[in-house]
Amino acid sequence: MNLHAIKAIYIFEMSRTFRTILQSLVSPVLSTSLYFVVFGAAIGSRFAEVEGVSYGTFIVPGLIMLTVLTQAVSNASFGIYFPRFIGTIQEILSAPISSLEIVVGYVGAAATKSFVIGLIILATAHLFVPLRIDHPVWMLGFLVLTCVSFALFGFIIGIWAKNFEQLQLVPLLVITPLVFLGGSFYSISMLPPVWQKVTLFNPVVYLISGFRWSFFGESDVGVGLSLAMVLLFLSICLAIIMWIFKTGYRIRN
Amino acid sequence: MNTIPLRTGSDGTNPEIGGDPICSISEVSKTYAGGFHALDGVSLEIRKGEILALLGPNGAGKTTLISIICGIVKSSGGSVTVGGYDVGRHFRQSRSLIGLVPQEINLEPFETVSNTVNFSRGLFGKPKDTDYIEKVLKRLSLWDKRKDQIVTLSGGMKRRVLIAKALSHEPRVLFLDEPTAGVDVELRKDMWEIVRALQADGVTIILTTHYIEEAEAIADRVGVIDKGKLLLVEDKSTLMQRMGTKQIRIELQSALESIPDALSQYELEIDKTGNALIYTYDPTGGRTGITSLFSDLKSAGLVLCDVQTYQSSLEEIFVDLIKAQT
Ligand SMILES: Nc1ncnc2c1ncn2[C@@H]1O[C@H](COP(=O)(O)OP(=O)(O)OP(=O)(O)O)[C@@H](O)[C@H]1O
Ligand SMILES: [Mg+2]
Repeated sequence: MNLHAIKAIYIFEMSRTFRTILQSLVSPVLSTSLYFVVFGAAIGSRFAEVEGVSYGTFIVPGLIMLTVLTQAVSNASFGIYFPRFIGTIQEILSAPISSLEIVVGYVGAAATKSFVIGLIILATAHLFVPLRIDHPVWMLGFLVLTCVSFALFGFIIGIWAKNFEQLQLVPLLVITPLVFLGGSFYSISMLPPVWQKVTLFNPVVYLISGFRWSFFGESDVGVGLSLAMVLLFLSICLAIIMWIFKTGYRIRN
Repeated sequence: MNTIPLRTGSDGTNPEIGGDPICSISEVSKTYAGGFHALDGVSLEIRKGEILALLGPNGAGKTTLISIICGIVKSSGGSVTVGGYDVGRHFRQSRSLIGLVPQEINLEPFETVSNTVNFSRGLFGKPKDTDYIEKVLKRLSLWDKRKDQIVTLSGGMKRRVLIAKALSHEPRVLFLDEPTAGVDVELRKDMWEIVRALQADGVTIILTTHYIEEAEAIADRVGVIDKGKLLLVEDKSTLMQRMGTKQIRIELQSALESIPDALSQYELEIDKTGNALIYTYDPTGGRTGITSLFSDLKSAGLVLCDVQTYQSSLEEIFVDLIKAQT
């Protein structure tokens, strides 16, 4: 195990974050605050309680997931795409490190960054609405798993993308709709029966449901199923990454 | 130029020139995804401590060969070992021994010089060592720039940063892929000195170049690659001797119409001006005939004003080789 290499990649990636601290942290916090103002205070005040909490409080877990997912994907995809784009990937490929170590460095940094953003949004939310967390350990567990899984997913996109457009396309066309339709802003039980079934094909539903359960103890699907689905998604991403490195797909000629 | 010696290898020993090859390349071929054959059965042994210049026109396959040794490109056939380790199966050991200065300037634009160099050291599995990195940066005249962002550096400075990165983990073998492309004469001379100093520290150096003068100036051995084939590898001096003939130009006081009969046994030509004789001989042959030629010149009554010798340069040898191929 080349621990020095993992550390080097991790620190280098984190220092990129600190260089761009404004975009990295301020923009997600700002956009979440806007959600609270619009959905929580302005519109939400007209709504009845959902699952026993006020609407403003209800959307907190979904909002955190929305941001964490998008951040994990975009950080990780950019993190590996950028070296490919400017050619510094060659140094990584010529270094005495295994694919696993490369993934741990890049994905670890992207996951850490989105994890921190998730916590900051949680703190921001606390300023706007009353919050309670029934199962804090589960909450952190779900958050970490989400950060890691979607950072892995982002890593795949970063290797697959041929240009900056493709890099943005997947988050835009796939992640955002999945998250919006995954119950960030509503409970599945509020949907018509047919859509309740359809929506179960959306992996994000399980994530948000499980995550919300860790806050309020209520969920759309069982928490065990949620956990299983997250782990399944994580394993699929891992498998794809292993295949990528084995074949050298788009990185090693 | 700073000449503080760099540490050479973890054991601190200086391996002598010769002995086992540090890198052996055997029947390596490469076909790119598009079906292009970039390398065709290249075999080469690189000796410990030497400076080997790989010479070849654009697209010859120099970068491809280096990339295969360094693990950036997968070979389609053949095998490569570095320090006895197979670059595929024992990539950790083999790559730890290698430093690569790539042809393209690939650097994180907004990082500082010292962060980038420290990053490379870590990437190659070495613990942080500020003293060593300081020495490297000083030797490459980058110490004053260590806190500068890469974007603010000139092209030549960026190339030095690439060298510093390659040296950051104390490699035993250094690949320089066209280190002096786009570099001014001053910096080129500097670069050569850095290379010589590294050799003195026991580092084996392989450099690619289009500039024959470069190979002539610093290489111990020269390999010529064209169209994916290694045409030859030879000691520079042997190469120049083997391929090169020497000429003596003898300036005369008065013009000649024809070569005097007394001199007919020599390989002589009259220069266009008629004022000089050109004598072509093989310097390796042992008997060059120079002594007898000069005494015969005297007996023929010719008065000499000046004598010059010429040797064919690597450039001429190189051009001959490439021509012979096509
Ligand atoms: N990724 C690639 N895909 C397809 N063909 C490639 C690739 N990389 C290089 N080639 C081709 O392989 C051949 C050898 O390229 P290479 O870069 O090794 O040449 P070189 O000797 O380094 O040339 P130069 O002196 O211009 O740097 C060229 O014809 C090039 O077009
Ligand atoms: Mg090249």
